[in-house]
Amino acid sequence: MTAAIALTWRQYRLERKMFWRNPSAAFFNFVLPLLFLALFGAIFAGSQQDLDVIVPGIAGMSIMTTTFNALAMNLVFLREQGVLKRLRGTPLPSGNYLAGLAAHAVTNTAIQLGIVIGAGALLFGIGLPHDWLMLVTFAAAGVVCLASLGVALSHAIPNFDSAPAYVNAIFLPVIVVSGVFYDVDHVPAFMRDIAQVLPLTHLIDGLSAAIVTGAAFADHLDDLAVVLIWAALGAVLAVRGFSWEARRG
Amino acid sequence: MDSAAPAILVRDLHKSYANVHAVQGIDFEVATGEVFGLLGPNGAGKTTTVEVLEGYRLRTSGIVSVLGHDPGGRPRALRERVGIVLQSSGIYRHATPRELVTHWAGFYPAPRDIGEVIALAGLRECQDVLTRKLSGGQSRRLDFALALVGDPELVFLDEPTTGFDPAARRAAWDTIRALADLGKTVLLTTHYLDEAQALCDRVAIVKDGRILAVGAPAQLGVGASSRYRVAWRDESGELVGRETDDPTALLHQLTSAALARGTGLADLSVSRPSLEDVYLELTAEAGLQEAPR
Repeated sequence: MTAAIALTWRQYRLERKMFWRNPSAAFFNFVLPLLFLALFGAIFAGSQQDLDVIVPGIAGMSIMTTTFNALAMNLVFLREQGVLKRLRGTPLPSGNYLAGLAAHAVTNTAIQLGIVIGAGALLFGIGLPHDWLMLVTFAAAGVVCLASLGVALSHAIPNFDSAPAYVNAIFLPVIVVSGVFYDVDHVPAFMRDIAQVLPLTHLIDGLSAAIVTGAAFADHLDDLAVVLIWAALGAVLAVRGFSWEARRG
Repeated sequence: MDSAAPAILVRDLHKSYANVHAVQGIDFEVATGEVFGLLGPNGAGKTTTVEVLEGYRLRTSGIVSVLGHDPGGRPRALRERVGIVLQSSGIYRHATPRELVTHWAGFYPAPRDIGEVIALAGLRECQDVLTRKLSGGQSRRLDFALALVGDPELVFLDEPTTGFDPAARRAAWDTIRALADLGKTVLLTTHYLDEAQALCDRVAIVKDGRILAVGAPAQLGVGASSRYRVAWRDESGELVGRETDDPTALLHQLTSAALARGTGLADLSVSRPSLEDVYLELTAEAGLQEAPR
């Protein structure tokens, strides 16, 4: 057991070390969401109502970039480079490897959420979260959901050249529709209907309640349920299609 | 452990992909401590065979045993005793060889000393350089180091020197010989004859998913056709060659005729077929057999 934890821990440490040496990964994971937060913070500076929307919105988006986007891109790259195949030939169990990789992504999520929530409290007049348990619960459900969907997406991406196109074709519409930048209640009905099906909308609703409005956890269990249903779907797809090797030809 | 049992045993191995019968009934054994080569042109089925033994592919049929295990289930106990150098595979770009060798050492129950592996693979001067800045030859040396750090009993090398310049090839050969000196069993694939001749205790010549001949490189040259080739220039200056089982009689005939004419025999040579001749002969025959179909 301790040996297994040690293997996961060592993989995690290597992933952390390499992450900070890779400027483009660090940019997409950290700088981009914070840039969005700064820009929209400036745009909405006069309106507390809009700021109340953008902070949980960017928090939800950060969970998506650090898990869904990062894992999909990362796994396609490692698969195409042959790193996954090479690791598969060693005694390192797949579970320990993937756990190390996931822990690395979760660390990025936690740092990112810390920055966004801190900025909300210090700069955007939102104050500290009302319900920490609810915040952590929704963040954890969001991580599991979006991470497994990201792994599942990596199976559908044929090669690394096309990976940014696949990821952004999903990421960009989803963050717009899911109300990262505005209140979902103010959009046309058809968009609201689409949003209601997507996990990010419900994740942001839950984060908004925990961070901004202070609405009761019990009133947002349906949001949590939607996120968890997507998580279950993602987990099945992530495990089923997993490939350690680049496709031939 | 029973040292008499072969390190690798393959019996009637078949492997088919969707519509390609890549391996069509291969048999061979590799003894413990032996350097065994699968020699053949591209697409012969060498890599497929090795990847079945490494556990990357499931065989269609046949019996396969690697260090007493069935590699199909990829048992961890087997992976701990085997080192793999794949034909081509990348590595983390933002780490150094020393960091990676150290990381890989942690996967194995009884790894070799990190510094020793780095020296053996010839990585000393670039051990602290990020791998994305390494040359092709240095990257290949890192492949060797990562395969060796777990102190494996058996090492798979899939085309270990393809694309190398001559100096890098020599260096890789030295590393492979060092493995053999350490008593490791080595299974390598190559399409270079000189490589098979220089490194292997025994060679199997593979073409179109079948083994055409197996033996020590020197034996293969003699065994497959025990004929001598005698060549000389005739009176018109044309180079003629003749194959014979009895060069003594032919030479006697030739030299006495030349003496009687009062001329010499320019460019007279007697040679035995090299591994290359056998290889070309065997692979050409296999090609001819298939042509009419």
